[in-house]
Order: sequence, then structure tokens, then C-alpha cells
Amino acid sequence: MRHRLGLRVGPVSFRVGSDRREPIHQLRALYAGYPAPDAAIADHTVRLEAPRPWRRWLRPQVRVAGDHELPGAVPLPARHALLAAEMAMNLQLALGHRRHILLHAATVERDGRALVMTGESGAGKSTLAALLAGAGWRFMGDEFALIAPDTGLAHPFPRPVSLKNESIAQVRAAWPAARFGPELAGTPKGTIRHLAAPADAIARMDEPARPALILFPRFGAAPALRPVPPAEAFVRLTEASTNYVALGEAGFRALTRLVREVPAVALDYPDGSAGLAAIERCWAAL
Amino acid sequence: MTNAGLLAAVLADPARAEGLDADGWAAVMAMARAEQLAGTLAHRVIGLPVPEPVARWLADTLATAEQARRTALWEAEMVRRALAPLGCRTVLLKGTAYVAAGLAAGRGRQIGDCDILVPRAALPAVEAALIAAGWEWAKPDAYDDAYYRRWMHELPPLIHEGRDRMVDVHHTILPLTARITPVPDALIAEAVALGNGLYVLCPADRVVHAAAHLFADGDLAGGLRNLWDSHCLLEEHPDALEVRAAHHGLGREVARAARLSHRLFGTDVAQRYRTLRGSDAPYLRRLLARDGWGRATRPLTRLGFYVRSHWLRMPPAMLARHLWIKWRRGAA
Repeated sequence: MRHRLGLRVGPVSFRVGSDRREPIHQLRALYAGYPAPDAAIADHTVRLEAPRPWRRWLRPQVRVAGDHELPGAVPLPARHALLAAEMAMNLQLALGHRRHILLHAATVERDGRALVMTGESGAGKSTLAALLAGAGWRFMGDEFALIAPDTGLAHPFPRPVSLKNESIAQVRAAWPAARFGPELAGTPKGTIRHLAAPADAIARMDEPARPALILFPRFGAAPALRPVPPAEAFVRLTEASTNYVALGEAGFRALTRLVREVPAVALDYPDGSAGLAAIERCWAAL
Repeated sequence: MTNAGLLAAVLADPARAEGLDADGWAAVMAMARAEQLAGTLAHRVIGLPVPEPVARWLADTLATAEQARRTALWEAEMVRRALAPLGCRTVLLKGTAYVAAGLAAGRGRQIGDCDILVPRAALPAVEAALIAAGWEWAKPDAYDDAYYRRWMHELPPLIHEGRDRMVDVHHTILPLTARITPVPDALIAEAVALGNGLYVLCPADRVVHAAAHLFADGDLAGGLRNLWDSHCLLEEHPDALEVRAAHHGLGREVARAARLSHRLFGTDVAQRYRTLRGSDAPYLRRLLARDGWGRATRPLTRLGFYVRSHWLRMPPAMLARHLWIKWRRGAA
């Protein structure tokens, strides 16, 4: 395709092609400092293309396309191409990746140990990860935790953090030096702004960490903390995984090992600072 | 213009892979994904010296294909258990049949639905047995349902409530409305028993069915994968084709499959299939209409084959009525 970009994020690499210039331009800015794919061959192909030829010029749109596509996915207006690119990369990983078990989770690390936070959209994973990164934790990713089936280690996948609506201002206030992508207003999920991954997250993207705590956060509820028994954690993690079924036995082994070795807690929190404080308490008690 | 010829060349002769540069590999991988031939490619080139990222991709792809094989065989076993009390022959078709019979065409193949063929007289009992065992209608729509039952070669698709896998129950291999009418009784009578109580088509009928599926039904979506099936089936059983194909009225389709498969994959076929005919040209264009980014190319050729698929499937008046109903449904 005319405009292209190759990049590697931890153990996964992409080639992104676009028939328009701006999306690649925006991606280059947001992914400054990321390495190119090993040997210039990427694991996944992502395409940002007009759904119909005239949609390149007339009310331009982009469609999420690539090795894996979702039938019937609605195209986005071209001004949201960056969001389309992020969605397309997520989709390739979710449907195509087999080397790790994928958990829809945000991961941060301190002292060589990883905190894996998983929950549905709106649970506050990304916001908590950004706030923790601002407070000195290493950011490992806010979309997928990659757990290696053979070692049980969590591998970093430090993409830009996708912040939505109120959390944008909250993270800016907590972390004034952070670098942001353009504001994407009026997306299906409201206003979105990408926070570039911190420099040390990119520099250490090949350094895995052993999971020490699994957290199921829930934003907007009265403060509560509850230990989650392994059987419940297992079921919740199968629901949070995009490739558990596709991995077959390897997926089952990886997840049962994870819940056996790593304690899990469910955390309800009313706001970011209360969440942070509760996480620090849990962490100290490990 | 790049096309899927590069992918076909590597499938035909894996040694060609050793000459690929980074862009060449990226193109072959993307085309293979888009044409549902990734697992097949992986089986062909595994063991050759390839760049490290390609080796990783191959390992992932093989793991995916192995899981697909295991899932397909399990689904076939579930169908067998559901239908065993009926005592009628259950013949596996396409991908599931290839892996169940251990055929070359099944190596690395992506397998979607579980396709089976049963005697038409047994359809009501088969349907009832599957529903009793947990399958349910995937498309509960009165017009579609009536359309399938009256005109199609299969029941409306059934999906299993727990395993989320689809079963397509065929009673013949082409729609009843198509101009060609194969002989389903012969397909079932000649079928070969597997050890587990299920059947697969006899070798010659496998070739006939693959060619029918490719050239007498549908718009050639996934055509390259289906032609690869034909290639593998023809290489394994090159004899006794034509009598059988003529019996089912599919001699022309089988001959075209033999010519195109020889052209793209170097299939070992009789001398008369070693040169293309003029009428093969649009098929060749359509089969290779894919670029190095995995994009569909040649929109006009594709449109032509889309129109042709409807033309093959039903007489003009019926087609007009069908499209009218579908269009009104879409507009509503």
C-alpha cells in the first residue's frame, strides 16, 4: 500500500498499510521510539482502507482490515483513523496470536513482579494502569496481558494507553509530563485520547515479569476488597481471554497454572486515588 | 500487478520459498491468510530454512491448524453419536472428510462447518435427531427456511448450542435448482467406510465434488483453497475420473479443475489437461485476484463471478423473485 509503517511491540510485530497519509503520520508520532519488526517481517498485516473507492474523498471513511477481520464491522470516519489502527492491531492479536494466552487486561510491574488487572470495558483498567505508571510502576500494557504457556511469565505489550472521556483529564492532572496523541471526539466510545507509552516501558519491552497479583477492579462502586478463589478467577479469566478456546489444552494448562500460583482479589473503588491506595495496600500485603 | 500467483508457486514448489525476501514473505503470508491457505502453506514449507519471524509464524499457524483438525474430528464424532441410532449412512464431506480420512488435502486445512451427506429420505429423522442432541437453527427466518428446504441441496444450517459449531446437512452436492443434477444415491452407495462408522466419498467422487463446489456453485470465493483441494485429490487418485464425472454431469467442471490445477500447482494429470483453454482465462484471473497486502483485487471479475453464481443457481424468473424479496428485506 502507498503509506506504510512497520513496528514491533514486545513479542508482536505489525505492518500497517494505509491509502491515506495522515493515519501513518499520526501512528509514527504516537509510536516514536518503537523498533521495526525483526528481519523486516511482521507477524500481522493491518490495513486502513476506504470501505468503498469513493470513501477516500467523499465523507472519507476507514475500515478495520487485515489478516483477520470482523464481518459486518462498521467503518469509522477518516478523522478517527488512529482509533481504527489501534482496533485493527488489537483484532489481529485477539484472533491470530497463539504464542501466549491473551487476557484482556492492563499490566504494570514493580520490583520484577507484575500486577495483572482485568475487567470489562469501563472497569478502569487503562486509567489505573496510567495512574500507576505515573506513580513509578513500569507500564506493560493496557489492552492485553500476554502469558507465556511454558514459563507462566507476563510479557509486555506496551501500546499507547487508550483513555476515554473523564479519565483523560484525570491522567493529565496526575501526570503533566505525559505525551498524548490527538483528541478523537465523537467516537462510538466517546472522546478518546491516546497516552504515549513511557520511554522506560518501550526500552524494557522485551523484559517479562512474573505475575504476583491478579486484580478484578470495578470503578464507581463503594470501596470493597474481596479475595477471589482460584476456581472463580479461572472462570473470569477464560471470559477475559480472546484465545483461550483456540489454544486448546495449552490454554487450559496456562490458565490453571496462573490461578494456582497467583492470588486474585476483586476491588471496588469509587475514584482513581482511592483505587491506587487500595492497590498499594494489597501489594504491600503480598 | 501482483497476484496470488506467488503463493500458488510456493505451494506447488516449496523450494521457491528460499528465494523470498522480506517483502516476498510478507506478501505470501498475507495472501495465504486471505485465501485460507495459511495452514497449508505452513505444512508445505515447514523444515525449510526460513527467517526467524517466518518460523514463528509457521509454528503459530501449524498450532492453529492442528486445533482446527482436532475440533473438526470431535464435531464429526458428536454428529456420529447423534445419528448412530438412525442406521443410515452419514458421509463426511470437504475439510472434515479430508482430515478424517487422513488425506493430503486435509494437511493444515482450515475447517469451518461440519458438512455431511445423508440420503434424502432420511432428512426428517436426521434433522430431529440433531435437534434432540442440542443443535438449533442458525437462521430462524421463514423465507430462508422455506427456500433452503424447497430449493437447496442442504438443510438450513444448524448450530450447536454448547459448542457453537455449525453442521450443514446435505442430501446432494448441488442445489436442486442448478442445471446440473448429480446422482446422490450413487454418491452414498459408493462411499467408503472409515473405521469409526462414518463414511467419506469414494476417491473419484471426492474429485467430482471438489470440482462441483468450485466451478458449478458459488462465486469462487475461497477458490484457490478449493483448487488446492482438487490438486491434492487428483494427485492421490488420478484414475477413473471421467466416467464418474460424466455420470454426475460434471465432466466439464472436473476437466477445468484438472487444467487449472496443473497450471497453478503442477498437478500430474493426463496430457490433454496440460494446456489451458481460452474459457479458463477468467477463472484464472479470479482465482489469483489477491495482492501482497491480502486485498481482494479485480472488482469487475469478482462481480462477474458473483452474478454468474446466481445465474447457475436458479432460473431467471426465480432469481428475479429471490433478489426482489432479499432486496425488500434489506431495505426494510
